[in-house]
Amino acid sequence: MSPMPVDVLNYVLLSAVMFFIGVGGVILRRNPLIVLMAIELMFNAANLALIAFSRVYENNAGHIFAFLVITVAAAEAAIGLAIVVVVFRRAKHVDVDDVAGLHG
Amino acid sequence: MARHDLENGAEGARGLILFWLLALLLIVTAVFTVTQKSPVYSVVGLLANFVVLATLFLTLDAEFVFVIQIVVYGGAVLVLFVFVIALLSSGVGPFAEGPNRMPRALVPAAFIVLVAFAALVYGLVRGPLATAAVHPSSAPLGAAGDAGVFGSIADFGAALFTTHLLPFEVTSLILMVAVVGVVMLAGDAPPERTHGSHSPQVRRKPREREPIVKAGR
Repeated sequence: MSPMPVDVLNYVLLSAVMFFIGVGGVILRRNPLIVLMAIELMFNAANLALIAFSRVYENNAGHIFAFLVITVAAAEAAIGLAIVVVVFRRAKHVDVDDVAGLHG
Repeated sequence: MARHDLENGAEGARGLILFWLLALLLIVTAVFTVTQKSPVYSVVGLLANFVVLATLFLTLDAEFVFVIQIVVYGGAVLVLFVFVIALLSSGVGPFAEGPNRMPRALVPAAFIVLVAFAALVYGLVRGPLATAAVHPSSAPLGAAGDAGVFGSIADFGAALFTTHLLPFEVTSLILMVAVVGVVMLAGDAPPERTHGSHSPQVRRKPREREPIVKAGR
């Protein structure tokens, strides 16, 4: 085996920082497209952690898992953007706070 | 990529510099993405973020994930975002900002994010990861592109089509469901008119209706 030049903890902390940048984006932004992009950031942060652990244990199950996450993220982006388009068609305006039709 | 040379001090230092450079770029592009006012600038930041992240995957010997990160994210997902921005920005201003919720939500958001991040860091630093000695499997590390070494495309493909075949097939089902859902949602017919359309009452056009006759004359 060859050692990693950087400790895995650094990769996982980097992943955590990126994940919480995404969380902050989802909480603070009102533009649904930017909210979706922040969700993509969170998916990618999870992928970084998966691949870092995969490298540490030299087991490629983490790569498979990252592949599945990328697939789910692509499906999520497609459906999320379709919902944005539908909301825009109905309201001519998209704002995550205004889409409250199911609000109790 | 000479991975065996990483034991070498100079190579190790180079890897360290590369990691911190990429980490800095990753965080800067992520912050840029979520703070831009216009979604077009956000997409550019997201593209840079994806490319930097793909490079980080390469430093972790994940060659195939590097490739699909570029192709799927940098290609497909990003183009989808650009398409929707172009679609929604034609003519009208769909993203006219209402009252900004930044001042109101900033404190709770910062609280949630910082508490969750602190808990995660605490768990990471005190947890088993910090103390556990890593016992890697016997998967060999070798030059990039060689078959049968950890992270190579051949290694990934062999695992994907043997051990992890069922998740791979489920993936195809997920994608099909997503495609059908997107077509149903954003297809030609507005979604509120797609259900119950077999009833002749619904199928009849407004101009075909029976003339209204006033009774009692």
